[in-house]
Amino acid sequence: MGDVTVRVNGTPHSLDVDSRMSLLDLLRERLGLTGTKKGCDHGQCGACTVLIDGRRAVSCLALAVAQDGADVTTVEGLAADGALHPLQAAFIERDAFQCGYCTPGQLCSAAGMLGEAGPSVVTEDLTADPPLSAAEIRERMSGNLCRCGAYVNIVAAIGDVAAAGGAADMATAVTGTAR
Amino acid sequence: MNRIEGRDKVTGRARYAYEYPADGVAYAYAVQSGVARGRIASVDALGVLAMPGVLAVLSCAEPPALSADASPELALFQTRDVAYRGQIVAGIVAETLEAARAAERELRISYEAEPHDVRLRPDHPGLYAPDKVNPNFPTDTEKGDVNAGLAAAAVSIDATYATPTQHNNPMEPHAAMAVWDAGGALTVYDSTQGASADRDMIAAALGLAPERVRVVSPHVGGGFGSKGTTRPHAILAALAARAAGRPVKVALTRQQMFDVTGYRTPTIQRLRLGADPEGRLTALVHDVIEQSSTLVEFAEQTATPSRVMYAAPALRTTHRLVRLDVPTPSWMRAPGECPGMFALESAMDELAIAAGLDPVELRVRNEPDTEPESGLPFSSRNLVGCLREGARRFGWDHRDPRPGLRQEGRWLIGTGMAASTYPARRRPSQATAATADGGFVVRIAAADIGTGARTALTRIAAQALDTSADRVRVELGDSALPTASLAGGSMGTSSWGSAVVKACEAMLKDGHSGRADTTEDVKGDTGFARHAFGAQFAEVWVDPATGEVRVPRLLGVFAVGRVIDETLARSQLIGGMTMGLGMALMEETEMDEEAGGFLNRDLAQYHVAACADVQDIDAMWIDEEDGHLNPMGAKGIGEIGIVGTAAAVANAVYHATGRRIRDLPITPAKILD
Ligand code: FES
Ligand code: FES
Repeated sequence: MGDVTVRVNGTPHSLDVDSRMSLLDLLRERLGLTGTKKGCDHGQCGACTVLIDGRRAVSCLALAVAQDGADVTTVEGLAADGALHPLQAAFIERDAFQCGYCTPGQLCSAAGMLGEAGPSVVTEDLTADPPLSAAEIRERMSGNLCRCGAYVNIVAAIGDVAAAGGAADMATAVTGTAR
Repeated sequence: MNRIEGRDKVTGRARYAYEYPADGVAYAYAVQSGVARGRIASVDALGVLAMPGVLAVLSCAEPPALSADASPELALFQTRDVAYRGQIVAGIVAETLEAARAAERELRISYEAEPHDVRLRPDHPGLYAPDKVNPNFPTDTEKGDVNAGLAAAAVSIDATYATPTQHNNPMEPHAAMAVWDAGGALTVYDSTQGASADRDMIAAALGLAPERVRVVSPHVGGGFGSKGTTRPHAILAALAARAAGRPVKVALTRQQMFDVTGYRTPTIQRLRLGADPEGRLTALVHDVIEQSSTLVEFAEQTATPSRVMYAAPALRTTHRLVRLDVPTPSWMRAPGECPGMFALESAMDELAIAAGLDPVELRVRNEPDTEPESGLPFSSRNLVGCLREGARRFGWDHRDPRPGLRQEGRWLIGTGMAASTYPARRRPSQATAATADGGFVVRIAAADIGTGARTALTRIAAQALDTSADRVRVELGDSALPTASLAGGSMGTSSWGSAVVKACEAMLKDGHSGRADTTEDVKGDTGFARHAFGAQFAEVWVDPATGEVRVPRLLGVFAVGRVIDETLARSQLIGGMTMGLGMALMEETEMDEEAGGFLNRDLAQYHVAACADVQDIDAMWIDEEDGHLNPMGAKGIGEIGIVGTAAAVANAVYHATGRRIRDLPITPAKILD
């Protein structure tokens, strides 16, 4: 067991946690924040994606005891009470989910991704920050599986938010990091 | 109108089975067999029971009370016999998941292993003809003289196709929480495709009256057939909760799902087609070999689409099954049609090439007047409309049929097409409708596994009541609601919608409330062959140096009766095609013949289509009126999207490269071979 203090969606929690417990299970089983999903528990599906200190991370591979002092944002904290984050609104508008089980991970992943700078493997010009084309979104979102096959709509939804401009600003608002 | 539960799903408020709070909840973990066949000699739980946090160990050492009626896959811990590697042989109940998993590593189970047989092969001596194929189709059919038809053919194809074991892999692992009340009644929060059927199966396994069991399941993270029948995790949760005297949660791990939640059987399919010089079929023979476990006979209806598709005067279909020491296969999105149409539609492509005909034209020439096997009239059939509209939109007309000619940089480019079909059926369901809070409430134990059932039924009810959708509230996902059929077989919306319309009509007559049961209505669904049809077109790019295959474009055009909600329908169809893309290029579960179990039991090794695999996938439909289906005039759309996708891709790979790949998936190794 070990003591940790983590901030989750702005609220600090001090807990005595089993040293074998993942951050994912801490969120779901100890804090009752079940919005973050467990799809594989092995870092292979992305369903458990959250933002840790502003960067997207799979919470099933993060040991809870190692998160002392971390600032975690889950799907429940993407937007302030009652409001929707632009990504959440775009996912609804574009029907970017079916069963919804991958959705919190997709949303947190997209929120983190919008704040990430630099090229990807599909970027042609490696010297410039690429515009967020559909191909870039597809590449950067490939850590988040969707078995319902909603990718076409997921890419469209993220593209809408990116195109609405201020993608980086929004990401900053959520993650606290600048692009 | 967007999905009704959309806001709950994007904010994380929608609760799935494992996510209900309960005071004093304990955790159970399933322990799996380490041998593929044999007997459990002993279970030594003493050390484990002394570990901190461990509450109970369930195993055949002290078989918990279960009904003799429990199906073999649900009769946990009742026997020492092991039927397959990965079978659940013990359960550990503990205060925390961490404690349960740590205990699992310490549990000592010794086996008397026996030699196992896990390989499906066409010359297996155990092959037999099952009495029927899933769910209730004849095993074999024969019409006309196929030998004469094949002998008379000017052009013929005789080819064998293979599809591998595939796993449903819904994103939500199968999970349940079981809560017993003081009076001995049980509530199970389960991930299921049908609360009513799940309740009945759980009750039967536990020897309880069905009204003593309630299944709650408002949100389900996908199923694709694997949650259509009760899975052992739910029984484990109930037994563990009984043993611990507390609510107990169980979630299967991703790896465990491969062993105990069903899968698509591998198939070996021989197709023989004969045609006259104009390409008109003279004979069609479709022979299928597939597997089941030693526990349960599941015989997939793989050849059934060949009974429906083309006007062959001589037609024979057969299914042969072998029982191996393997997990039990079950439903996976479009069982039967999905693997069967890969073979048939690949063979039709080969026939078109052999006959020098355009593959679209070949299919049009073989359009039947009535359902070929049964002779029944079609309630509606617009395959030709889909073929023509798809060809037009895809730009098929300028296609040069010669393979291996188009190159762009390192890529060879090709196009291919295939037809789709899936039955349009319905099952009896009940529903109620009543006035409430100035609006209406409709109740039915339907399931929304991601199809948008809640939204579709709201629309259907609003139309039946001649009101706006925002005045209708649909309650589903709970076996306490009126009994309803499964979300399966693309029958959900047709079955539930029929009951909802009828209940709404009864309510309008009564003024306050109405109740409906469609058992008698469904009995009248005879006299017609009812099927949805479609046509899929694929463009592929193949790198001959690496074997990489990319699919920049997939188009599906479908004839599915009346479309109830365009957004939901498009999502369902695209979702099916996306899974079909995975089937075409990557999905395959390998059998470890030495150890006798599935080998690549996780999402790092069992590849499903990821975001970067999917480029332009689009689905549309043509107008179709059909008055012989149900009050909505709708055909199911959950499965037809995956039917034909793999053949369209394989046919396009042939066009790109000149290589005919007859065994899925189309991996780089096969391209380079
Ligand atoms: S649950 Fe963490 S990546 Fe799948
Ligand atoms: S919406 Fe079901 S897995 Fe993505």
